[in-house]
Amino acid sequence: MGNSSVQPVMPRSWRVDTKPHKFCPGCGHPLILKCLGQAIDELGIQDRVVFGCDIGCSLLSWDFFDLDTVQTHHGRTTPVMTGIKRARPGLICIAYMGDGGGYSIGVQHLVSAAARGEKITAVLANNTQYAMTGGQMAPTTLPGQKTETTPYGRDPETTGFPLPGQDMVSSVAGEGAYVARGSIANPRQLKSFLKKALENQMSEKGFSFIEALSACPTNWRTNASETWDFVERKMPAYFKAGEIKVPAGGQGEVQKDG
Amino acid sequence: MQKLFENEKKAFMTGNEVVAWAALAAKADIMYGYPITPQNEIMHYWTRLAPKFDKKFLQTEDELSAGFTTIGGVMAGRKAFTATAGPGNTLMQEPMSMAEMMRLPTVVVVQQRGGPSTATVIYSQQEVNMTALGGNGEGLRIVYSTSSHQELFDYTIKAFNTAWKYRFPTFVLGDGYQAKMRESLTLYEPESRGINLIEPEPYLGKAGVPGVDRPPAQFRNTFSMEEELYELLMGYVKDYEKIMPEVAEYQSSGVEDADLVIVGHGIVFRAIRAAVDTLRRRGLKVGYFRPVTLRPLSIPQIRELTAGVKKMLVVESAYGQLARLIKEVAYGGTAEMLTMYRPGVGITAEEVEAEAEKILK
Ligand SMILES: Cc1ncc(C[n+]2csc(CCOP(=O)(O)OP(=O)(O)O)c2C)c(N)n1
Ligand code: SF4
Ligand SMILES: [Mg+2]
Repeated sequence: MGNSSVQPVMPRSWRVDTKPHKFCPGCGHPLILKCLGQAIDELGIQDRVVFGCDIGCSLLSWDFFDLDTVQTHHGRTTPVMTGIKRARPGLICIAYMGDGGGYSIGVQHLVSAAARGEKITAVLANNTQYAMTGGQMAPTTLPGQKTETTPYGRDPETTGFPLPGQDMVSSVAGEGAYVARGSIANPRQLKSFLKKALENQMSEKGFSFIEALSACPTNWRTNASETWDFVERKMPAYFKAGEIKVPAGGQGEVQKDG
Repeated sequence: MQKLFENEKKAFMTGNEVVAWAALAAKADIMYGYPITPQNEIMHYWTRLAPKFDKKFLQTEDELSAGFTTIGGVMAGRKAFTATAGPGNTLMQEPMSMAEMMRLPTVVVVQQRGGPSTATVIYSQQEVNMTALGGNGEGLRIVYSTSSHQELFDYTIKAFNTAWKYRFPTFVLGDGYQAKMRESLTLYEPESRGINLIEPEPYLGKAGVPGVDRPPAQFRNTFSMEEELYELLMGYVKDYEKIMPEVAEYQSSGVEDADLVIVGHGIVFRAIRAAVDTLRRRGLKVGYFRPVTLRPLSIPQIRELTAGVKKMLVVESAYGQLARLIKEVAYGGTAEMLTMYRPGVGITAEEVEAEAEKILK
């Protein structure tokens, strides 16, 4: 990013001295983080947010924002944020993780936090594989998709189908939970989902969980148009964008494709 | 807040109950925990006492979570702790390696049970390796091995102070016998004995807008350069080595003229002390040495001992976990190192006495 002479407008909560960021060109992570930064700006909560990032490419965001931040272990960001929130309920806790972190090694934490109604916001970047470790299969890998551990394509017969993580979380999350899936292909919608997730936490309604369809051209080995095709067409065939769960009596007003 | 006791109170209770009272006396704010025998009653008593003193509790989904939520609690600037045992302690090693990396003042109470694997829910001293040196790191931790209910109380209070003073993860290493047995002790308000409780401070969620009023507080545990990690770690090691003499504690008696010094920790030390008393009364030159801290050990005292006495006998309810730590420090000393290993079973004073007699014959 950022070799044009006109600098794009950055969220106020971005830490300027650590830019340009360390993600690969074309990566989805910084797009998700930009939406998150904008949501934080709009809510005016920079002084109250604690941001936690996982191990995975999300770890690169440990100094991304002007926010108090902790980089945790692979899959363990949800419990670290839970621990902070339980100890200091006044803070707004965001757990940022990959699909491997949230849906595989840390799946028990995500599901349990949802079931207990932890008043935190989990944000998961779904790039259909383990990016940081070089592109292995994740629970979200599409049938037939080639990864380093499914070199002939993911075979659902032996490795199952993509994990419906949003359904899984929303099926155990309580009444007050907010669960939605957005995509880097629709940043405005993604930002509005993130904002509502944070509002859900701020109003102490319950758990909030946003999955964001992301891109990893490096491991997908895709050019720009193939990358967008994957994000806009192939992924939504398995991962539908929209609000899956909104708290009873609130937050239903945003339309599906906002 | 309401006072716990009118300064002092005699009590007769289980070790687990003692730990809950001690955590309250230390002004712990929150406990995170997952059930495992023999530590369950720490949670049971804490959850009964907590609401009365405006304290919190969270039952987590496993010990990984109990450890990582404890990390969250301390980073938020609260005195947070957890308790575990056996296979739970195995899982606890992952979060504690992060606590080591970030110098987090976590407090973990371990009530050792039999191992390996699920083994027994009863007792052992087999969690020494793991508690002192577990995780993928250098064992930059502080471990107090208690031998009585009074010590469980004293050292649980002390553990919070040590953790917050030096910022190394701190453990109270008990065992199933201490956990479940009833014993008398004196409960007290630390202040009434001149013990200053160290105030916790937040790592995260500090006052002011980050990037505007102050730099953001940001913590990581990954490094891309070998040298970066090396420098950081060597700084930690230096800090650790500097505090070792202040932190290390031991207890010894009758070692000056001894032909045999018996070494042991935790509840086994009580059997050793009783055996040594009997043997001394019978005119045998026997002494004891007991490390109270297993990490760090009292290195100069152990070195002196192994350079001065003829024979040492390490007694433990494990197969050489304490002995390995002692031998490393003792390397180069002249004392003959004898061992009495009873992994996962209790050791009586009579057994220690008999072993010592055999050696001295
Ligand atoms: C306990 C543990 N197991 C394995 C790893 C190795 N590891 C690092 S990142 C990662 C996968 C990351 O994938 P994901 O969570 O999807 O994030 P992404 O990099 O794709 O954004 C793995 C397996 C680790 N750091 N810790
Ligand atoms: S490897 Fe993939 S996910 Fe990681 S920074 Fe590069 S593009 Fe992003
Ligand atoms: Mg991924």
